[in-house]
Amino acid sequence: MQRIGVFICWCGSNIAATVDVEKVAEVIKSEPGVVYAANYQYMCSENGQQLVKQAIKEHNLTGIVIGACSPRMHEATFRKAAEAAGLNPYMVEVANIREHCSWIHKDMEEATEKAVILVRTAIAKVKLNAPLMAGESPVVKRALVIGGGIAGIQAALDIADAGFEVDIVEKNATIGGRMAQIDKTFPTLDCSACILTPKMVDCAQHEKIDILSYSEVEDVKGFVGNFNVKIRRKARFVDETKCTGCKICMEKCPSKKGLNEFNMNLNTRPAIYIPFAQAIPNVAVIDPTQCIKMKTGKCGICQKFCGVGAIDYEQKDTFIERQYGAIVVATGFKPISVDNFNEYGYNDNKDVITSLELERLMNAAGPTNGVLLRPSDGEHPKVITFIQCVGSRDTSGCGKPYCSKICCMYTAKHAMLIREKYPDTEVHVFYIDVRTPGKNYDEFFRRAVEQYGVDYIKGMVGKVYNENGKLMVQGSNLIDNEQITIESDLVVLAAAIEPEPSVRKIATLLTASIDTNNFLTESHAKLRPVESPTAGVYLAGVCQGPKDIPETVSQASACAAKVIGLLVKDKLKTNPCVATPDETMCNGCSQCANVCPYGAITYVEKEFRLGGGKTEIRRVASVNPAVCQGCGACTVTCPSGAMDLKGFSSKQIMSEVEAICKM
Amino acid sequence: MQDVSTEKKEFTPNIVAFCCNWCSYAGADLAGSSRLTYPANVKIIRVPCSCRVNPMFVLKAFQRGADGVILCGCHPGDCHYVTGNYYTRRRMALLYSFLNYMGIEKERTRVEWVSAAEGARFASVMNDFVKQVTELGENKRLTDLRVKEGE
Repeated sequence: MQRIGVFICWCGSNIAATVDVEKVAEVIKSEPGVVYAANYQYMCSENGQQLVKQAIKEHNLTGIVIGACSPRMHEATFRKAAEAAGLNPYMVEVANIREHCSWIHKDMEEATEKAVILVRTAIAKVKLNAPLMAGESPVVKRALVIGGGIAGIQAALDIADAGFEVDIVEKNATIGGRMAQIDKTFPTLDCSACILTPKMVDCAQHEKIDILSYSEVEDVKGFVGNFNVKIRRKARFVDETKCTGCKICMEKCPSKKGLNEFNMNLNTRPAIYIPFAQAIPNVAVIDPTQCIKMKTGKCGICQKFCGVGAIDYEQKDTFIERQYGAIVVATGFKPISVDNFNEYGYNDNKDVITSLELERLMNAAGPTNGVLLRPSDGEHPKVITFIQCVGSRDTSGCGKPYCSKICCMYTAKHAMLIREKYPDTEVHVFYIDVRTPGKNYDEFFRRAVEQYGVDYIKGMVGKVYNENGKLMVQGSNLIDNEQITIESDLVVLAAAIEPEPSVRKIATLLTASIDTNNFLTESHAKLRPVESPTAGVYLAGVCQGPKDIPETVSQASACAAKVIGLLVKDKLKTNPCVATPDETMCNGCSQCANVCPYGAITYVEKEFRLGGGKTEIRRVASVNPAVCQGCGACTVTCPSGAMDLKGFSSKQIMSEVEAICKM
Repeated sequence: MQDVSTEKKEFTPNIVAFCCNWCSYAGADLAGSSRLTYPANVKIIRVPCSCRVNPMFVLKAFQRGADGVILCGCHPGDCHYVTGNYYTRRRMALLYSFLNYMGIEKERTRVEWVSAAEGARFASVMNDFVKQVTELGENKRLTDLRVKEGE
């Protein structure tokens, strides 16, 4: 005989304000099988859990239903409580009467009625629950970090310092990422390279860190604790183990017309190159689309001059496979293309540049050696106009609907640096709002205005056009309510940032959720902000949402803490909700194995009794519970209905359907 | 025109929604925590993946008197189990023709992709679906066939 206990949570007023919790408990009390029903203010609290434990013991409950918030929130909490009271943790069901009821409905009667149905549905299910035991799977004590920017570097260093092996996979020829391109950092005006490059060197020298640069993740199999990752090591046509980074090849290379991506295409580089002076690894790479030898077969000068014989024109992509216990995604961002914004004339005027291009123009290692010269004629610009929110907070479809978060601060930084270095320069900034939350951020912005006399104009720019060699910036000044035109020498666009496009493929490989803006989704916006809903996958940096360097570093360290917490375990409990075949019904048709995405189903020959002393040997499906992830694809495919899913059995779901339809 | 005053109550359809645990159920949670509203006659059943939904469950719901059944899963390519939602898509395409054969309006079932970040989309999909089913009216075709309790 089933003895079900039902616990209805008020969640303070979150549920109780729209659902008559007492009435729900009262109605449910008379449901067949229910021997105990209670309501309490906060079921998830210590006292609430105590109430559950006590009731389980006192009323000898065989199953419990909690009517509360989403099971994604507290199912684990109540399972633990049940276990502590001696009840199998899988004899717990949660009826979601908060997110799916009280929060979306206004009418009390309606919401209460729905809550009763939801609780009844959960009761119908729990009656068919069976005690389940979680299995165990080993943990590979090695982490993978995808992306070698500051997020990836920080995460890798923290994990490695705790004593675990880490691999950084970076698609570019060097680690460093976007931060390496930046000149100064707000709000302290630290030199970006000065604080980043020592960390890059630390990575290279750390005995636990293996940097796989110029490599990409090709395939991911497995699950938390046991990922099997295939990595493509792209051919760099230079032997990484031999190259000493002497740069003689760069000097001798006759093909010097390649666009320098690191300098935002503002100058050129040879076909064989090291992206920047402090690159890690400090190893050259050949651009095969530009190399004369590789295009025509004639040249080979770099090979001739290379003192260590590192050049190999025949090098091919290679693949390696490695096992990891945890994966950190830190794929970073790129500024959006501003080509679509015709009004700013980026494509028509050389002196309309993006902020990242300005960053390179002001950097001592940049194309102008740090002297601010405008790209068109190499003159010092006397009037510079910044345009904020280019593609940010843009719901027209041209840009991005979100705030890119960093632009207000870096524009203030640029304006300040320019005024500091070239006091005779006039600086104007068109803005919609100035958003500077953060420690010392608003003070920083105010310094730009008050101390450095940067002219902030509230309003949007309608048009940038060229008139007699001058850039005319036409916009509105909303404070003075007038249309203005500023004659400028240089226009800087604060382009929105978007996740690095390669994240899309990585999300698919990892089965990590991604939102419509291509940002990876965290498990819980507030309480699990660095974890992906996919177990064992963690998120650091802008791949999860726009953020600046301090936030990225904090998030990376948080990821590292999560990864370390996972890797110190020798074994993980596996999900017991796996597929299981009824061998007496299975006819070994292989349909289930065909649809299984994990290859968890194999076939075994088994002997079955037929009666009358006779036996037969039949081929039947067998599920490996450590590999099965419990999706249930096989259960629907099975033509004889032999396959079922523990925890979500056909009978359970049918009973839920019936409970909902019973009016 | 029907005389409205003689009607007992405005027809409110009963709708069963199957939501996959990873995307749509989380999307529904987000709709809740964002305090977006959709009608109370939508009741959600959590399944690990949309591919766990046997077409039998849909038929069962219609047989037991549901007026509409909606299946929500991750967007194609984003399935937590890699390929689950592709199976859902194919199976449901077949089910549509079967429902059509049985004389049940195909508009009573729907497959929608809702990600964990699309709370607003979840609410709007539900509002839209409820409206669509309300317009179709009560599902009489299959409920008439079921064995009524107490008979």
